[in-house]
Amino acid sequence: MTTTTPGPVQQTSLVFVGMPKFPTAAREALANTQQRRNLRHATHTIRDKRARVVAEVPEWEALRVAGAEAKDEALAHLGDYLEQLEASLTANGATVHWARDAAEANAIVLGIVRDQQVDEVVKVKSMATQEIELNEALEAAGVNAWETDLAELIVQLGHDRPSHILVPAIHRNRSEVRDIFRREMAAVGRPAPEDLTDEPARLAEAARLHLREKFLRAKVAVSGANFAVAETGTLVVVESEGNGRMCLTLPETLVTVVGIEKVLPRWDDLAPMLQLLPRSSTGERMNPYTTMWSGAHDGDGPQDVHVVLLDNGRSHVLADRVGRQALRCIRCSACLNVCPVYERTGGHAYGSVYPGPIGAVLNPQLRGTTSEVDKSLPYASSLCGACFDACPVRIDIPELLVELRGRVVEQEGRTAESAAMAAAAWVLSDPKRLAAAQRAATTAGRVIGGRTVRAVPGLGAWTDARDVPTPPTETFRQWWARERGQGSR
Amino acid sequence: MSALARPGTDLRVALFATCFNDTMWPDTLKATVRLLERLGCTVEFPQAQTCCGQMLTNTGYGAKALPLVRRFVDVFEGYDAVVAPSGSCVGSVRHQHRGIVELAGDDRLASRVEHTVPKVLELSELLVDVLGVTDVGAWFPHRVTYHPTCHSLRMLRVGDRPLQLLRAVRGIDLVELPGATECCGFGGTFAMKNADVSVAMGSDKARAVVGTGAEVLVAGDNSCLAHIGGILGRQRAGVRHLHLAEVLASTEEDPA
Ligand code: SF4
Repeated sequence: MTTTTPGPVQQTSLVFVGMPKFPTAAREALANTQQRRNLRHATHTIRDKRARVVAEVPEWEALRVAGAEAKDEALAHLGDYLEQLEASLTANGATVHWARDAAEANAIVLGIVRDQQVDEVVKVKSMATQEIELNEALEAAGVNAWETDLAELIVQLGHDRPSHILVPAIHRNRSEVRDIFRREMAAVGRPAPEDLTDEPARLAEAARLHLREKFLRAKVAVSGANFAVAETGTLVVVESEGNGRMCLTLPETLVTVVGIEKVLPRWDDLAPMLQLLPRSSTGERMNPYTTMWSGAHDGDGPQDVHVVLLDNGRSHVLADRVGRQALRCIRCSACLNVCPVYERTGGHAYGSVYPGPIGAVLNPQLRGTTSEVDKSLPYASSLCGACFDACPVRIDIPELLVELRGRVVEQEGRTAESAAMAAAAWVLSDPKRLAAAQRAATTAGRVIGGRTVRAVPGLGAWTDARDVPTPPTETFRQWWARERGQGSR
Repeated sequence: MSALARPGTDLRVALFATCFNDTMWPDTLKATVRLLERLGCTVEFPQAQTCCGQMLTNTGYGAKALPLVRRFVDVFEGYDAVVAPSGSCVGSVRHQHRGIVELAGDDRLASRVEHTVPKVLELSELLVDVLGVTDVGAWFPHRVTYHPTCHSLRMLRVGDRPLQLLRAVRGIDLVELPGATECCGFGGTFAMKNADVSVAMGSDKARAVVGTGAEVLVAGDNSCLAHIGGILGRQRAGVRHLHLAEVLASTEEDPA
């Protein structure tokens, strides 16, 4: 493959089909007071932790630059590095598969599962498999996919959708988790203890016991990967709980679905990445478990190792001059945790497994801007810039949002807004026209005469909750002309 | 004031009024002129100026902003220093004008933009970096809290310059705003397109402001102030809002 051929745009997923536009979904989310409180608490806790551990690293900025450069190098010669990755993995005894889209990837995984004649797989937390809705595809074929990450387990048992990249159950608090465990665990395996409380240790214990029998039984595991090193054919999974490592080491067959943008050229590129990722995502200096494997090794871990390299819209993003920086993303979710919009709406309003600032720029690129929600995502930001500051690989999310807004505008053609903007541009490009338009404001200012304005027809979106600034009776331009004459040019 | 306190003597500064301030908040601009003249600067207001184009650019109409960028350069390129009492508009000039011109492929204009935009400063940058003052001789005997607006903070990186200036104001009771660096939720057209989220963010900001017991909320952008102030006003919270320039221009003889 070449790095400039636009690939297929990802199909909008079934699970999220019919999602309303962001402002509508957001309104509903804002009214959920329990979720607001959970989110506020969780995002602020992780945000503060991240800030503390990042501040400890004097060379943080240099690390960010190194991380971005490694990613950019990989993306600039993606075709070459992917072929190198395939060659290294194959030499190490792994089987490499290429998937253009979700359907192809799901079919490949299902084929491998069928070959093993099993009806269940254990899963390592993975964004790529959520993106392609692998669990749903397996389920439709009669195969149970058990999520083993604690938060993913909560989401799965709760018949819920993830609302965060790193902590998918961020919108749930402890007592909700206890209720879900008590209600749902029995139907799919070892039940939760009768006397389960909402103490974190008790909840973790219940999950541990529930999952253990699945770990010991499963013949096939499915994972994603945080990084894939082309030079050595090494796949890397970074996690906190150790449940991932159980899946990566116990079963006989391991299938790893990797987005093509996860490739890193060299082993040494892991150095900045493994420093950037844990501090940015969980606010830890180092994550508890880093599992690396390079193919299959006799008598050590899975003997049947598969890697599915997934495009699913990525080469389309890569072809875009401004947009391609989004492919640097290492899914740390720092941008979510610092985002004031995400903090209040949570992840579901973004209509994708990728929520928050990165979702707002990634989804419209991966899926295009045809659906209501994808069209509205570039506007789901106040452009405050907190995401860019937090991003360990320096993705300029505000710049990308503005760029994508331009594309939505272009696609929509003539609208009431475009007419208004054209008029504004015409007025603002000439001082005489601007002065004439300002007279409307000063006339209003004289009529209002300093009173507080609480409602203006057509401005409900503003005045519902905010008073309106009272226009002055004289603009600055008029004042200057009156006071200083035409003294200045 | 002593001669030493007139560090702007010999400095000719062009005032970039910004269309919003020009139309809606002339008092901020008059205060900026008063303040700079008090510090010895010669302030000019080139009347051919209009707007930086930020609203167009950020709403997705960057191409339509090109004539505005061209005008901006025509008007301001001859000055050594250009100042605006708006972090947001200066942010747009310094961070977006290049991109707009690049996209249009106009190389000649691009090099003029390159030459012009670094000279465009937000008020606190001009005062602290160019004039080298933090004590501007202001008097403002009120309890004040300061909200650093996102574009001044994260686009321009003005840091604590505004706070240095405020701390030196005589009579001021400056209290820290909890969660100060969090966005207030204005965000230009975001305030209308995502009004619910915008108001949710603004309400939290307003609550933090009220919690400080301040009677005056100060910031360097009138648009953010109109948003937070609009919410505070609706709540009859008993907090007024004032632009940084007006506090710094305030004196015993002519209080804000
Ligand atoms: S965009 Fe940056 S901050 Fe956000 S998840 Fe990706 S790497 Fe992390």
